[in-house]
Amino acid sequence: MAKPMEQYKWHELNVGCVIDEVGNAREYKTGDWRSQKPIWNDAKCIKCGLCWLYCPEAAIYQSQEGFYRANLEYCKGCGICSKECKPGAIKMVEDIR
Amino acid sequence: MSVKKGIEVSIAASIAAQLARVEVVAAYPITPQTHIVEHLSEIVANGELEAVYINVESEHSAMSACCGASAAGARTFTSTSAQGLELMHEILFIASGMRLPIVMATVNRALSSPLSIWGDHSDVMAARDTGWIMLFCENGQEVVDTTIMAFKIAENRNVLLPVMVNLDGFSLSHVIEPIEFPSQKDVDSFLPPYKPLYSLHPDKPVTMGAYAMPEIYTEAKYAQEMALINSKGIITDIMTEFGERFGRHYKPVETYNTENSDFAFICLGSINENIATAIDELKSNGKEAGLIKLRLFRPFPKDELLAVLKDKKRIAIIERAMPAGALNSPLYNEVASLINSNKLDITLENYIVGLGGRDVHPEDFIDVFDMKIAAKTDKNYNVIGVRE
Repeated sequence: MAKPMEQYKWHELNVGCVIDEVGNAREYKTGDWRSQKPIWNDAKCIKCGLCWLYCPEAAIYQSQEGFYRANLEYCKGCGICSKECKPGAIKMVEDIR
Repeated sequence: MSVKKGIEVSIAASIAAQLARVEVVAAYPITPQTHIVEHLSEIVANGELEAVYINVESEHSAMSACCGASAAGARTFTSTSAQGLELMHEILFIASGMRLPIVMATVNRALSSPLSIWGDHSDVMAARDTGWIMLFCENGQEVVDTTIMAFKIAENRNVLLPVMVNLDGFSLSHVIEPIEFPSQKDVDSFLPPYKPLYSLHPDKPVTMGAYAMPEIYTEAKYAQEMALINSKGIITDIMTEFGERFGRHYKPVETYNTENSDFAFICLGSINENIATAIDELKSNGKEAGLIKLRLFRPFPKDELLAVLKDKKRIAIIERAMPAGALNSPLYNEVASLINSNKLDITLENYIVGLGGRDVHPEDFIDVFDMKIAAKTDKNYNVIGVRE
């Protein structure tokens, strides 16, 4: 959005609140929602990529070494990656900020 | 050249949609709407209308498919009644919130339970706050003309809202009337192809119906409300243009004999013709009563109604829906609010008639005029003909 949401007046909104700016969802940093964060135990990780596949926010990326990490700007801490990880390499820990 | 023929009003409604060159129809059959969608499916199957007819498994899906089609930029039509309208209920708000100019013929019918296939306004009154423009028809000619106008209203760039064309089940939908159909050429000239402001297309992606945070939801709904309120001027203009082109003149509020009396009925839909018959009968006995016909119910035509109400002393509001625990029926509450906010001294009476297809006779309205139907209970309204 061209300006913060709370500054828009009603007549400045697109008809039907249509979003015509492609990809602006990335401006919404959903990491704010998080109370837990995923921690990878690389010793257990088999690099299957299921965590990357299942992440509903596409917030998991692969490092140069082939291991996975979460982009904490967008990771909501939902724990789906931890639940789906077959070797149990991902542990959800309290995220104190 | 226009053509006049004797035809069932439901069939006429589907021909009106054909004349409007609808591109998508998604509908589920329900009595008494059935003939409208049956005939449209035949027109499409016979190749007489270049449209996609989507067979769906419910009205919830019908309205959902209409939303998708309209969002993709197609001129979209559907029709339903009673339980079907209530099954659509959730999606009705989505159509108006997403500003999709869908046109729906609502063939008004009583709601179950008890099960009734017959006419009244309990279906549309339960859906009156869904953000749709709501027009009511008195006869078959109005159904055809209003359906054609409805697309032009809905698709106006300053409106972009869905429009509901209400016609009474059976007493209007299933009667055969002489109806004049405008030519395709004249309709095409009045109603050019729909050009959406936004549409779903991979070349220019947009998001419709996105999540709104508390910081923006109020502004979004206010914008929608302003569009609905401001549509009244455009509706009036389009009715005027229709009159100039086709010679049949419509207004959001129409009157009959109101200039001769300080008493008037206010009513929606086909019962207006019965009331007009009663007024003629009264006149032949030297009594004068007026009739105020609301063709537009949402947005509520307050200025137009006020102009004809302000010199009246007594008003009888006739309605085909139970108040459901409210003080009065929905239309009464609107009129009372208008009178109160303008501090007018008018006696208001509320009569409920014609529930679940109960016949309504002109004599009932003569009795209302003569104050023969006295309030027998502590209710704020009278249910005409109820056996007590």
